[in-house]
Amino acid sequence: MKNFLRISFLIALFFGFQFNSNAAEKVEYLKTDWSFKGPFGKFDRAALQRGYQVYQEVCSSCHSMKYLSYRNLVEEGGPEFSVEQAKAIAASFEIKDGPNADGEMFMRPGRLSDKFVMPYENEKAAQAANGGAYPPDMTVLVKARGGGVDYIYSLLQGYEDPPAGVTLDDGVYYNKYMYGNKIKMSNQLSDGLVEYSDGTNASVEQMAKDVTTFLMWTAEPHLETRHRMGFKAIVYLIILTVLVYFSMKRIWSRIETKV
Amino acid sequence: MSEHEYTPKSKVGKWFNDRLPLLTLANHLTDYPTPKNLNYWWTFGGILTFCLITQIVTGLVLAMHYIAHADMAFQSVEHIMRDVNYGWLIRYIHANGASMFFLAVYIHIFRSLFYGSYKSPREVIWIIGIIIYLLMMAAAFLGYVLPWGQMSFWGATVITNLFSAIPLVGEGIVTWLWGGYSVDNPTLTRFFTLHYLIPFLILGLVVLHIWALHVPGNNNPIGIDIKKPSKDTVPFHPYIVIKDGFALLMFMIVFAFFVFYTPNILGHADNYIEANPLVTPAHIVPEWYLLPFYAILRSVPDKLLGVIAMLSAILILAALPWLDTSKIRSAVFRPLYKQFYWILVADVLILGYVGAMPAEGLYLLIARIATAYYFLHFLVVLPVLGFKERTTPVPLSITEPILGGSPNLAAVKKKDSFKDQ
Repeated sequence: MKNFLRISFLIALFFGFQFNSNAAEKVEYLKTDWSFKGPFGKFDRAALQRGYQVYQEVCSSCHSMKYLSYRNLVEEGGPEFSVEQAKAIAASFEIKDGPNADGEMFMRPGRLSDKFVMPYENEKAAQAANGGAYPPDMTVLVKARGGGVDYIYSLLQGYEDPPAGVTLDDGVYYNKYMYGNKIKMSNQLSDGLVEYSDGTNASVEQMAKDVTTFLMWTAEPHLETRHRMGFKAIVYLIILTVLVYFSMKRIWSRIETKV
Repeated sequence: MSEHEYTPKSKVGKWFNDRLPLLTLANHLTDYPTPKNLNYWWTFGGILTFCLITQIVTGLVLAMHYIAHADMAFQSVEHIMRDVNYGWLIRYIHANGASMFFLAVYIHIFRSLFYGSYKSPREVIWIIGIIIYLLMMAAAFLGYVLPWGQMSFWGATVITNLFSAIPLVGEGIVTWLWGGYSVDNPTLTRFFTLHYLIPFLILGLVVLHIWALHVPGNNNPIGIDIKKPSKDTVPFHPYIVIKDGFALLMFMIVFAFFVFYTPNILGHADNYIEANPLVTPAHIVPEWYLLPFYAILRSVPDKLLGVIAMLSAILILAALPWLDTSKIRSAVFRPLYKQFYWILVADVLILGYVGAMPAEGLYLLIARIATAYYFLHFLVVLPVLGFKERTTPVPLSITEPILGGSPNLAAVKKKDSFKDQ
């Protein structure tokens, strides 16, 4: 048994180093309680729906969401809009389709099977409209940033006047959580910017939390299934391990060597 | 090998076995006499076989959905994560499986170093193992490129560029590897092909590795030659099978924890950004299991010499059976070697740590000292130690402490206390 402690220690050491190396250049991010953290974490359905609203009304004018389809909004483990709601959301967008029988491209209302409409035709158009900076696609954004959800949540609230001595070019803003502190996105959130249909007070903090929750879901749409399955898998493995341990003891009891 | 002749009981079995002795092989594998004092460090061979099979099976499924094209690879991975049934599970098992594979192989290698398993008559097992390890690194590197994220792209650029250090033909070789003048679609397609090929090469080498093992039989914690079969051995089945199975389950719990609860912690966030040849990431870092060698590479100021140092760091292991001049296998009876062994473990961990840090200032200095010590260990410490070290007496057999009357009781007690402390 002592050997297991040694093995565990070695494993801990290995990954301790790894965590440590990831922790370089750490900034203290704003903290909040995320409902999806931990082995039993689930998304807050209402927060996801509000987060979608913030994304739609604020972020989506510049940031694409190219790996998400409108049908995903209905799926289990997500915002779980009703089919009618999601159809209405999809239909509110015009989708370029075609070519039709005459060889013409045409516009039609969106369907559940459509991908989220992109704000710009292409990357160059996005850059041209944003002073040369490309607003990154948001689908897996929280996984693509070292600090994850805490980083996005903090960044949205991290706008400040630049400290003395820091000069900013036109179209560049100061954000204390941004890598290098200079960001080309201006402060987007202000109190009461959106009107939540469930009556929640749309404070900056609330909107930042809701939209970040939504982005966590877009990045990990199967998070709830993963957590549920993980718990079952690990409980199953532990039970099996215990059974095998006693079988092993029994089998090895035939010879004098300890196992 | 069990020397007695095996004859299947059934007529059909006998008929078949006369034509292809598969049943004789199965009999050999179940009866295979194994030292009964093997500790849990010996279970990692079985665990590694499990890792290889897991990677092959999950890899096959991923390959059914993955598209090896520079414009579609990233998207197809997201397709797997979102739309393929349990695609996220398969991919997370495959991605974390690579880390688990390396974790297990490092334990396996360091077990061999501690108990002198690489020494005569097991040199060939050891060298095949080193080739497997090299192929594993190649497979892991190639696989990391496939999602076509930023780290994939820039990792591929950095590593392939190492070949440009070769005098005269270097640049030509790099162009040939890339299939063009930069890492691009031709690079991705060939990397995918090779990533698919290598695991099967490894599988073949694993068969040879086990075959070569079954000729002399297992080494054991006290590192002595034993008679087989004898009081010192147990048949592989059921004794070792159940013990390996138990250890494998423990390993799978750790594995499952990573897959289900922290699936991205061992990867780099930048790899969720699609590859962009125009934007270089702030720090290009390889996966954790390659970091010690990355540190060695960067600790040498000259590019060519750095590449040579990195390659030598791995290849020097192949010469280990001849660099270690001690006749005693197990570190249990080598008090000095035991100390140096743990220093080496610490040295490699330090190299891994500084490999993840920027190559500047104090980190660079530490990397240089640790690199120098790494080579010193193999080239100076080991050869000299074999002549200078006063080893403690080695028992004559594994059962000796139980039968009593050992002339070396003290040593045996010491061994026991090592095992059970």
